[in-house]
Amino acid sequence: MPRMSLTVNGKAVSADVEARTLLVTLLREHLKLTGTHVGCDTSQCGACVVHVDGRAVKSCTMLALQADGARVLTIEGLAPEGGALHPMQEAFRTHHGLQCGYCTPGMIMTAIDLVNREGHELDEHTIRAGLEGNLCRCTGYHNIVKAIAAGASAMKGKRRAASAA
Amino acid sequence: MYNFTFHRPADVEKAAALLQSSEEAKLLAGGQTLIPTLKQRLAAPRNLVDLGAIEGLVGIERKGRNVVIGAMTRHAAVAASAVVIKAIPPLAELASHIGDPAVRNQGTLGGSIANNDPAADYPAACIGLGATIVTSKRKIEADDFFTGLFETALEPDEIITQVSFPLPIRAGYAKFPNPASRYALVGVFVAERGKKEVRVAVTGAGESGVFRVPAMERALVKRFAPKSLEGVKVDAKSLVSDLHAGAEYRAHLIGVMAQRAVEAAAK
Repeated sequence: MPRMSLTVNGKAVSADVEARTLLVTLLREHLKLTGTHVGCDTSQCGACVVHVDGRAVKSCTMLALQADGARVLTIEGLAPEGGALHPMQEAFRTHHGLQCGYCTPGMIMTAIDLVNREGHELDEHTIRAGLEGNLCRCTGYHNIVKAIAAGASAMKGKRRAASAA
Repeated sequence: MYNFTFHRPADVEKAAALLQSSEEAKLLAGGQTLIPTLKQRLAAPRNLVDLGAIEGLVGIERKGRNVVIGAMTRHAAVAASAVVIKAIPPLAELASHIGDPAVRNQGTLGGSIANNDPAADYPAACIGLGATIVTSKRKIEADDFFTGLFETALEPDEIITQVSFPLPIRAGYAKFPNPASRYALVGVFVAERGKKEVRVAVTGAGESGVFRVPAMERALVKRFAPKSLEGVKVDAKSLVSDLHAGAEYRAHLIGVMAQRAVEAAAK
């Protein structure tokens, strides 16, 4: 079984994985980082979004071995255990940007990538287009969009989240 | 998915050698089509050859009157490239509407055209611009590259390394996306390449993939304006009919998208 090494949320990890193991499976089942979710099986819903080498990817549509040697950031890596929430997480909290929470880690990881690419002043159109790969069955998206606009603004002046990994 | 042996060669020669020597080997580029395919067990290769570690396959360069893009360049990079936006804006525009943001961070130009999905966007750009596909063995003109439904002129051990897009005088791309998948129900790439040369390339609608519309090209050579396409119809008989759209509707959409592409080009 192939062996791989990578950095996850700032920590060096190694694992023996079958070649067919998906990155999301490595994260959830091998590393017990269950904040990343599997929502659809068809690469559509975005509940599995994490950052690999600073870019948002759908971890259900990537082999773990493709991330060999890479730097991965999951939802768990945004804030220290018991510490203050990342500004984007805080924005989702204050703007009621979640109900059941299943899509939320993917939404937040996607939102942070959006800020990294498009900056801190995001209009509604940009946010909605940026969320085309994330599905939510609960909220109707309005508060998610509001949360992301607020979170983007609040991220101004903070270090790029990906480089914190 | 079924298991396989994963290879991550350091260069193109080793990758080609693996394709030659391995049983049922497939190349892995961005994986945004291949991995879902494997998950559904629609394919079960014994060997996967990952191109992700090969340097020199990623890059965007202006070379004279061409923009040359490495085969492993991600859609997001093409969409955001100042070089592409300046030289061939509709190419960046096209890349920016493939899939969704996360898919664009992984999906690649080479992977897309090697797959030749009949609803993919890049084949329309390649044909519309008269691109040259450069492989580990030779150069293939776009007109000779896309040979049928999910088929290309590539040999089993041949690897795309880059695609060279000649700069048009002006060009535009208009797409009517499937609202769920964002694949092109119809996508039309129009390019004026010379005083007497206009290309109109349609994706999403043809049973065998991308095709040109000579009648529209002739009309636009006479005058490059949306009005020139009024009344120029595409025969619905040769078009795809499926749960997303009937052939007649696709024929109608081709007319509309072609006009919008010309409008975008003429701006």
